Amino acid sequence: MLEILTRGFRDVRQYLQGVRTLNEENLSEALAMIRVSLLEADVEFQVTRSFLEKVKEQALGEIVHVSVKFKERKLKVSPGDHFIKLCHDELVRLMGPEDASLDLRRKPVSAIMMVGLQGSGKTTTAAKLARFLQKKGNRPMLVAADVYRPAAVDQIRKLGADLNVPVYSDGGARPPEICSKAMQIASDANCDVVIFDTAGRLTIDEPLMEEIHQIEELAHPDNVLLVCDAMIGQESVNIAKAFNERIRLTGFILTKLDGDARGGAAISIKEATGVPIKFVGMGEGMDRLEEFRPDGLASRILGFGDVVGLVKDF
Amino acid sequence: VKTRKGFLGGLNEVLLGKKQLDEQMVVRLEELLVTSDIGVKTAYQLLESVQDRIKRREVHDPEMVVHHLKSVMKDMLSEVEAPLRVGYGSEPFVVMVIGVNGSGKTTTIAKIAARHKAAGRKVLVAAGDTFRAAAVEQLQIWADRVGCSIVKGKEKADPSSVVFEAMDRAIKEDFELVLVDTAGRLHTRVPLMEELKKVKRTMEKKLQSAPQETLLVIDSSMGQNAILQARTFNEAIPITGIALTKLDGTAKGGVVVGMSNELKIPIRYVGIGEKMDDLRDFNAGEFVEALFTGVDISDEE
Ligand SMILES: Nc1nc2c(ncn2[C@@H]2O[C@H](COP(=O)(O)OP(=O)(O)OP(=O)(O)O)[C@@H](O)[C@H]2O)c(=O)[nH]1
Ligand SMILES: Nc1nc2c(ncn2[C@@H]2O[C@H](COP(=O)(O)OP(=O)(O)OP(=O)(O)O)[C@@H](O)[C@H]2O)c(=O)[nH]1
Ligand SMILES: [Mg+2]
Ligand SMILES: [Mg+2]
Repeated sequence: MLEILTRGFRDVRQYLQGVRTLNEENLSEALAMIRVSLLEADVEFQVTRSFLEKVKEQALGEIVHVSVKFKERKLKVSPGDHFIKLCHDELVRLMGPEDASLDLRRKPVSAIMMVGLQGSGKTTTAAKLARFLQKKGNRPMLVAADVYRPAAVDQIRKLGADLNVPVYSDGGARPPEICSKAMQIASDANCDVVIFDTAGRLTIDEPLMEEIHQIEELAHPDNVLLVCDAMIGQESVNIAKAFNERIRLTGFILTKLDGDARGGAAISIKEATGVPIKFVGMGEGMDRLEEFRPDGLASRILGFGDVVGLVKDF
Repeated sequence: VKTRKGFLGGLNEVLLGKKQLDEQMVVRLEELLVTSDIGVKTAYQLLESVQDRIKRREVHDPEMVVHHLKSVMKDMLSEVEAPLRVGYGSEPFVVMVIGVNGSGKTTTIAKIAARHKAAGRKVLVAAGDTFRAAAVEQLQIWADRVGCSIVKGKEKADPSSVVFEAMDRAIKEDFELVLVDTAGRLHTRVPLMEELKKVKRTMEKKLQSAPQETLLVIDSSMGQNAILQARTFNEAIPITGIALTKLDGTAKGGVVVGMSNELKIPIRYVGIGEKMDDLRDFNAGEFVEALFTGVDISDEE
């Protein structure tokens, strides 16, 4: 598919060959090509539409410079490349600014809560985050707040043991009690941040959605992070909105970006909720968590990294 | 207390009070199709067929549009509607379950095991995921709940060695159904795909006809990447069936429409929950009807 998409972009460049000004007419075809490409990258339908409107507005009347000066050299830039750069820059602007900050000011213990659909990567990411914070000099504690999935507690216990991070679990209690109790336990253990690993849940599962609300009321997490699979399709926006309405999200994390998913959910969720992207998951290993950079993901969503690289610096 | 908005539930708004198809309706239809993850290309194909019919005056009101769309989609999907028929012969029937991380492989294995156990069969599960933390414990819990046997290897063992042992035991002890769990892997990871091929060769060495089924598990919230998954897994190891999980959520799983259109791989099961009995045979008619739930065209009259 990457090949096909790259071809799509070649088509745009070719289509705009010899054009001097971008106008309604020559733009509409180019925009249609980009539209297909964005939808194939799983950018949500409405987000795609509003994105294209923004790009169109900016591109109209734009004089296409056929050559630019770059580091004392004259570079030829095709109108297609120029247009692609416009798309890229707009995507970067919308996904930005870079913000991987977490609120860890509460004393003695701050809290981070992971939420998301089943299998999105919450438990793995909770452990990765613990490692990340540990490296920064914090003293994290993992909290096993998934009491449903078979062996969920074993899973987080193992991950914690590998990292030398304490894990709190309580087989008998309900998740809201577990989380609120964990705050005290962490403080007693001289930890300064707890990470709640909650069970996967569907947004239409009323009792489980109510449960995260109760966790919020009892344990007051300072950070609530939605963990979202990079392979997710058009439901990304509805799901993020549903979580955000129930519990105020402070950020989201896109996992499994180490494959060939284009990750259109990133722009979709950011645009629809305003919630910033904090980190991306780049593999199953504990060190595979990266702070989010809009640049890289923009090229990826557009599917033509090389072209963007070429026109990036002018 | 779960509620589920119909697949193309919003279609009602489009149709309400309209006797003629206009531009706006076509635009809305496109949105409804694309947002179900059907994919742009498949959506365009479907819309073109609608517009063709309109031109030829075979379709001239919204009710007929819905009817036409349903029947085209049913045609596409009934080609791949083929529930898994486990043959009980003299040798074990082996199902190898594969897919990307977190799609629902282990849970689906438990569900299939439960179904056949209930039918009185001798079922064995093999803990071929030796990689992910507590993957073995997870399958063990399921095996206990189902009441079937399990073969486990040592932590971080070679999955092939676990599978070798499971095959051995299945043959010696006359197990009728063997379900092999594998670690989640992204289809782009070449070494992991090679590992999968090795697991398969190990089975074949023990039993020439095994695995009789290679089941790819697809999460219904996945978008267009699922097509790449199916294509790439299929190139590495021929896939003989698909299970579509998490259809109890708000995602529509429309991606299987494009997938079946392109690859024609039978869709075996749908997963509709986290419990043992939340498994159904895939039914094209029901799937398509579910897509259109909430489209009440009788309001038109
Ligand atoms: N390739 C890859 N796999 C990942 C990544 N993050 C998580 N995974 C894998 O995805 C699968 C699911 O991860 P979990 O952490 O168990 O997901 P979860 O959201 O806790 O799942 P539930 O608790 O069942 O809802 C596991 O196989 C993880 O190893 C990532 O960034 N890349
Ligand atoms: N709602 C719902 N959840 C499901 C369904 N099938 C599986 N799940 C959940 O999805 C999550 C992941 O399921 P697993 O069976 O562990 O997935 P997996 O593919 O084995 O994951 P890895 O081995 O980590 O790659 C778990 O929380 C399951 O309970 C389903 O049909 N509906
Ligand atoms: Mg988990
Ligand atoms: Mg598994």
